[in-house]
Amino acid sequence: MAEPLKAAVLLFPGSNRENDVARALAAAGARVEIVWHESDHLPPGTDLAVLPGGFSYGDYLRCGAIAARARVMEAVTTHAARGGLVLGICNGFQILCEAGLLPGVLMRNAGLKFICRMQTLRVETTETPFTRAYAKGQVVKYALAHGEGAYMASPEEMKTLKQTGRIAFRYCDAQGNADAAANPNGSLNNVAGVYNSDFNVLGLMPHPENLIDPLTGGTDGRPVFAGLVANMTH
Amino acid sequence: MKTRVVVTLKPSVLDPQGKAIEGALKSLGLEGFASVRQGKVFDIELEGVEGDAANALIQQACEKLLANTIVENFAIQHG
Repeated sequence: MAEPLKAAVLLFPGSNRENDVARALAAAGARVEIVWHESDHLPPGTDLAVLPGGFSYGDYLRCGAIAARARVMEAVTTHAARGGLVLGICNGFQILCEAGLLPGVLMRNAGLKFICRMQTLRVETTETPFTRAYAKGQVVKYALAHGEGAYMASPEEMKTLKQTGRIAFRYCDAQGNADAAANPNGSLNNVAGVYNSDFNVLGLMPHPENLIDPLTGGTDGRPVFAGLVANMTH
Repeated sequence: MKTRVVVTLKPSVLDPQGKAIEGALKSLGLEGFASVRQGKVFDIELEGVEGDAANALIQQACEKLLANTIVENFAIQHG
């Protein structure tokens, strides 16, 4: 039996969902360590680096812009280049885009309002370590909590993302229709999450880590963490 | 040496904040505003760098941090 998945949850000044995601990973059987942003390395044996949600550096300059230049991000970039897994949720997604590990950028919500509620999403691909425990096209419910989640990319970039199957999740209604009416924040093509070209880096705005317990709204987020852990023990 | 960097959204990018400001100006009864776009200004003081080296330095600062060139343009104005 292989060692369980080892996750490093990065902590930036202003992160606030690090304990949520650490708890979700631990509940799925992962070993979890919280890593301060000034560290110049990830703990030895790290399989997965997680950039949690929050408001790193108070969203100064642009969301995620300052954190993307933190010392630990060099280690994350090296980890990703070696094929290591990286997951960025909400502010973590914004940081990954700012760091150039994912394409595109997250802009102010089209309606200008901070959105804090449950949201249905469609799982666009299951051929990755992050979504292998879902069925393709499955509609899941995650929590939204962001003011700057409108995903933008150049037309060429968006074309590439579509053609290469790198759109991870799309905002949809309860029936799975990813149309304009189901778009909460003005994201291009209802994009809620994207992969890098090697599918080892995932960024998404909604929070799967907050849907792991029936007591707090449901368990639709669990398969992300269970799938990651199972991926390692196979 | 003093430098000002002005960062603006590319014309193709929607600016909901600018739109909201435009709406507020109109609701004040001020007439004649066709559109408003919001940007950022950085006033920078340089020390020990001048001329071409200063230009190159500010250019780097803009590309690496001050602007996200996917959606923003920047202009450098030496004061």
